[in-house]
Amino acid sequence: MKIAVCIKRVPDSEARVKIAADGKSLDEAGVKFILNPYDEFAVEEALQRKDKAGSGEVVVIACGPQAAQETIRTALAMGADRGVLLEAATVPADGLAVARVLAGELKGGGYDLILFGKMAIDDYNHQVGPMVAELLDLPCVTCVAHLDLAQGKGTAEREVEGGMEEVEFPLPAVLTADKGLNEPRYPALKGIMAAKKKPLEVKPAAFGAAGLEVLAMTPPPERKEGRIVGEGAAAVPALLRLLREEAKVL
Amino acid sequence: MPPKFHGVDFYNVDGLLSEEERAVRDTVRGWVDDNLLPIIGECYVEGRFPKQLIPGMAELGLFGANLPEEYGCAGLNNVAYGLIMQELERGDSGVRSFASVQGSLVMYPIYAFGSDEQKKKWLPQMASGKVIGCFGLTEPDFGSNPGGMITVAKETADGWVLNGAKMWITNGSTAQAAIVWAKTGAIEDQNSIRGFIVPTDTKGFSAKDQKGKLSLRASDTSELVLQDVRLPKDALLPKSGGLKSPLMCLTQARYGISWGAVGAAMACYDEAVSYARNRVMFGKPIGAFQLQQARLAEMLTEITKAQLLCLQLGRLKDAGTMTPQQVSLAKRNNVSMATDIAREARRLLGANGILAEYQAMRHLANLESVYTYEGTHDIHTLVLGQEITGLSAFS
Repeated sequence: MKIAVCIKRVPDSEARVKIAADGKSLDEAGVKFILNPYDEFAVEEALQRKDKAGSGEVVVIACGPQAAQETIRTALAMGADRGVLLEAATVPADGLAVARVLAGELKGGGYDLILFGKMAIDDYNHQVGPMVAELLDLPCVTCVAHLDLAQGKGTAEREVEGGMEEVEFPLPAVLTADKGLNEPRYPALKGIMAAKKKPLEVKPAAFGAAGLEVLAMTPPPERKEGRIVGEGAAAVPALLRLLREEAKVL
Repeated sequence: MPPKFHGVDFYNVDGLLSEEERAVRDTVRGWVDDNLLPIIGECYVEGRFPKQLIPGMAELGLFGANLPEEYGCAGLNNVAYGLIMQELERGDSGVRSFASVQGSLVMYPIYAFGSDEQKKKWLPQMASGKVIGCFGLTEPDFGSNPGGMITVAKETADGWVLNGAKMWITNGSTAQAAIVWAKTGAIEDQNSIRGFIVPTDTKGFSAKDQKGKLSLRASDTSELVLQDVRLPKDALLPKSGGLKSPLMCLTQARYGISWGAVGAAMACYDEAVSYARNRVMFGKPIGAFQLQQARLAEMLTEITKAQLLCLQLGRLKDAGTMTPQQVSLAKRNNVSMATDIAREARRLLGANGILAEYQAMRHLANLESVYTYEGTHDIHTLVLGQEITGLSAFS
């Protein structure tokens, strides 16, 4: 089974990010970057599927700067077979531009399955996976929480409002992974050492014209200091009144 | 549960690490956050080693990680190995001790002094955690002076007979194999000390848990008794010879301890910073008071110095030029500074600092053992004194 996993290098979910001087990008100085957590589920799923099939290849593909090689090596350390970096100093904010570059790489690759994380935790767009599916004319299932594959067909469960939805699709297909799909493994120490020796191809990425542009980024407003209304049960009526009248959350 | 740990790196020491070294550190860091920290407080209070973590540690490749791949080990350099020890001890000194003993005091002597058959037989099983080992050097009456040991090994027609007792043995009751050091010649002859691999199910071998510890409570510390323990000829580590051999093992382990202590100090500092920011007294966070700021500034300074110390020590070890005296300096400095930081952190936390829910007091109590084992602070002072003056204070 040949599986592609498209991954993204993102700032650590707990990093304190600052907005750069241009007012529309992040200041990357001193920020730790990690493999997008949802992509970890996609990598893990690919590794498990390959194991189950008994043979195959897991190829990890990323669009990003040179430093994204390290992100690819994290996936290689988990057990993926080889990596491809579509290199560009900056990745456009326009998901479609990224999807076109990825689709160009994936096309004709003979993949049975193309996996993504359901979204990147830096831009929250949920776009690139479905766009790649569209560009490759493949079925797409997003936010997969459970997956079964058999004889060229797949069944996936998705969490939807108030319950689960089960869908069936033919392979090849593009899937985006949700939390709960599996328990991603830690890259073992031997895997980290082996990752250095695995092939990692770097190609320049040529992004087409972008359909959208980031105008400005602003941090969330400072939270106002809290106020203690009183103590014990006696304070409850006053608290309720303030929540209703002042905060207007009830 | 404490929030995810992000390290303490005031001098961008990360910039001095390679990508693999950072990856190794991050993987162990994540594992400790997810698997060790949620349970360690309870294990500590109940006085039990979290045995259930052994398979996960083995799967990551933590045992003997700096030994070659041909024996099922990860083949890491010594800086990466040190970073593993740092992260494990950020969790708990007892768990780091477990890994130190398995790697540096059991797998290392088999690797350094064992025959090819012994290496092939034991090392892969130990790397995979299927066989746990312990190291029997210290005796009830011979701690800082191991050369005085009275455990003996007498050669017979078909093997060896061991008699004696060992004390303060980490992993003693857990182990399937013990590396036991014994005199094969006259009792005053330190040069006759040799190492033996003793399967712990051999008749005459017994291990007893040492009760009543107020430190390293999440670690197995045992007393070993060897009464007419009969071993085949090939139980002997053929290349071991003299007191120097077990001391070489201790140099390996102490190297790891130098890093481990930094981990414990980082845990205490991290907890203290977060507490100082959040705990409000007299209408402001206690971190706004000069006394607490001085505490934190001192901690950060000492941690930063210790980080650079062990990183350079690791580079020397990788270059093959590290001396045991350099290890003494690092062990002595880093464990002492970590103990001081743990104590100051405990005090900064006020009454909360005595609870198992917080880390400082557990680390403090643990570090008192680390201060004493693997060459006490005082003995390392004398090792350095001898190195400086050329004069021995021991005899």
